[in-house]
Amino acid sequence: MKIFQSVRSSIRSGSPYAGNDPDDPRKYLKNFLLHFRPTAVPERALSFTLTWALGLASTVLLVLLMASGFLLKFVYEPTPVYAYDSIVHLGRDVPFGQLLRNMHRWSGYALLMTAFLHLLRVFYTSAFHAPRQFNWIIGLGLFTVIVLSNFTGYLLPWDQISYWAITISTSLLDYVPWIGTTIKSWILGGPEPGPATLMNFYAIHTAVLPVMLLFALPFHFWRIRKANGIVIQRAPDEELPLPLPMVNTVPHLVSREIAMTFVVLAAILAVSMVFNAPLAEQANPGMSPNPTKAPWYFMGIQEILMHFHPLFAALIIPATLTAGLLYLPYISYDADTRGVWFCSRKGRKLAFLAAVVAIALTVGLVLLDDLVLSVNTPSPPNLVRNGLLPFLAMLAIGTGVYALARRRLAASKNEAVQAVFTLVMVSFITLTVIGIWFRGAGMQLMWAG
Amino acid sequence: MEQEKISRRSFLNKLWMGLGVVAFAEFIVLLVAFFKPRKPRSAPQEQETVVLAGAVDNFERGSVTAFVRGKFYLARLDNGGFLALSRTCTHLGCTVPWVSDENRFVCPCHSSVFDINGDVVDPPAPRALDLFEVRIENNLVNVDTGKRIKRTSFEPNQAAYPKQA
Repeated sequence: MKIFQSVRSSIRSGSPYAGNDPDDPRKYLKNFLLHFRPTAVPERALSFTLTWALGLASTVLLVLLMASGFLLKFVYEPTPVYAYDSIVHLGRDVPFGQLLRNMHRWSGYALLMTAFLHLLRVFYTSAFHAPRQFNWIIGLGLFTVIVLSNFTGYLLPWDQISYWAITISTSLLDYVPWIGTTIKSWILGGPEPGPATLMNFYAIHTAVLPVMLLFALPFHFWRIRKANGIVIQRAPDEELPLPLPMVNTVPHLVSREIAMTFVVLAAILAVSMVFNAPLAEQANPGMSPNPTKAPWYFMGIQEILMHFHPLFAALIIPATLTAGLLYLPYISYDADTRGVWFCSRKGRKLAFLAAVVAIALTVGLVLLDDLVLSVNTPSPPNLVRNGLLPFLAMLAIGTGVYALARRRLAASKNEAVQAVFTLVMVSFITLTVIGIWFRGAGMQLMWAG
Repeated sequence: MEQEKISRRSFLNKLWMGLGVVAFAEFIVLLVAFFKPRKPRSAPQEQETVVLAGAVDNFERGSVTAFVRGKFYLARLDNGGFLALSRTCTHLGCTVPWVSDENRFVCPCHSSVFDINGDVVDPPAPRALDLFEVRIENNLVNVDTGKRIKRTSFEPNQAAYPKQA
């Protein structure tokens, strides 16, 4: 049929650059998807131990989330009366409905983790230095959108877990001075979670945030190309041999990406077949379950709230950490460590040391506060005693670690900043672990796995 | 008088910029108006917020009665006074149950404890439970759930007393 041939050739029209040589890599410029990629990449950019395919895994999970989310939209009803029933209906009556919900839930959690690990990878390989500084900022924005997507999606089943998790998470805003309560009532569409809250969260979850991702993600990718591709992994003190040997994107990069895509899909499918997404009883505003926990990725903040005055836990500490993360790429570093894991061998030792100190210090301070300090002074949190003083102590520890690394251990600025970053990150992860697995009924310290 | 000369081109450019700023501000105002929390669609325009709790003698001294629809507890103090306590914990908004065996409110979320006056006995709650206004007319207890009264701690004048007592 001639018509089919002419339609086909109209779709895959010839590129002005591509010749007829089948081995000419530029022929892939004809392909819409591949034309986002360079025709050739440095061979060393394919190294798995640089990226661990974390960016790719995040992208695959995002596509999977959108695909499963589209299907869920055909079943889900965003009203308090029907939301819970529609989720039950999905699991009970819709073919593969439970599997679909499991995949959406586990992909969402997995995306949080791959994106976070991707952030750590970029940090520890110094890939956020110039010319990739602004892409670090875009990446932080993308990460925020991913966290908010998870958070808004958390409410939608309208069960006891989600209702109370959103209640206590948004109540944190009450502690932000002057504007907090107003912001909270805007997010909730009223003083407490209700029909307006569900509508707000549904609209944000299924329209606002996905569209933001769809715009920001190509920007993130485009900046990688603007920086001449990803950072090239190298050993400490190794000079990159220029020009770098190149290989064609097709098949060398694309085949690896396709393989990793299937690994990610298989992992999500396997987990979703074995583990069901949690669903408790329908939300009951009259009865809070014991214990009531925030979503697991906010358990670090909830744990901070157990020890700090709410103003510090809800505003000052998160704001300080955010400012620090935004400032990181704009510090003037004194060494070019791009592509070197942990800056140097010394940097690796320092980071390891900082991680050990962070775990010991965090666990020790949590135990000290819970078993000694709080027992002796059972009074409402005080702004100075429970806020300013411990906060200044934390700042002093961070500054002390930096000064110690610089002065005593003669570390470069890169290595010292890395040590402080490690200290903060590992402390936060430790707090999250304590909150998830070691807080039981009444938020008492116990094994609660 | 020395006047700076403004070319037509730069004047028009500035005018367009100014108009753009105005249009953007209008857009923001529209967005704010659109997203401002509204009355729920299903609620009547003038919602009745006053709950008739019952006759004064129905409530024993030292007892706490839950009103699910009004989302409050009516506490009758030992001296005969009435307090309408919000059931929402002042820490992070959980619903606080009355534990009558222990004569206190215990929050299941982060184990804040409040006494019958709503005062904090055990943190992390930062302040006493919110109040609603109690009016006693003709020996009947009415609670206005429309106005939430925030307070730091219990004061005796917060309670409402029946006339004879």
